[in-house]
Amino acid sequence: MTNFFLIIGVGMCVLVLACLYRVTRGPDVLNRAVGLSAIGTKTLIILLLMGVIYDRVEMFIDISMVYALLNFIGTLVLAKYLERTGEV
Amino acid sequence: MLIKDVASILFMLAGFFFFTTATLGLLRLPDFYARLHATGKGDTLAVLLSLIGLAIYNGFSLISIKIVFIAVFMFLAQPTATHAISRAAYRGGVPPWVNEPEGNTVEQGGEK
Repeated sequence: MTNFFLIIGVGMCVLVLACLYRVTRGPDVLNRAVGLSAIGTKTLIILLLMGVIYDRVEMFIDISMVYALLNFIGTLVLAKYLERTGEV
Repeated sequence: MLIKDVASILFMLAGFFFFTTATLGLLRLPDFYARLHATGKGDTLAVLLSLIGLAIYNGFSLISIKIVFIAVFMFLAQPTATHAISRAAYRGGVPPWVNEPEGNTVEQGGEK
């Protein structure tokens, strides 16, 4: 079962690298923001998988919860800032 | 192998499939709104399926309750973030992608 979670985690890391293409080569700043949001969502699952693999879920679950909150607030603040300044 | 592990594996595989679909849409679709549509809905469903799989694997404990809390929060937060960033793009004047110039269809209609 640990091997299965390890394989899923490695596949998720490959997907994060694929999303990094959109972050670096995005035509404007909004595409980069969408790529960052997608990367944050995948990182949340990767953190939980690390907790399951290392058998310390009770520590990693709190980190994952804080990461979800920070990802949401960061995307919201970035959207508000871009809407206010109008430099899209 | 327990039936709990089988259910967990099925949910995790479904979540990974939707993660892959959302990433392909983010990379391949032609427009900002289309990419947002792919990643906004696909990632939400994938997170929900993956968290359900992990909660089934951990059994009924405080960890599972926290995982369900994260799932509920993501189900509220992800569409909100998608809506906010889409509204920023729309008010900033990003033009939507159109498939075909309109002169072509008008010309075909005129020939008939």
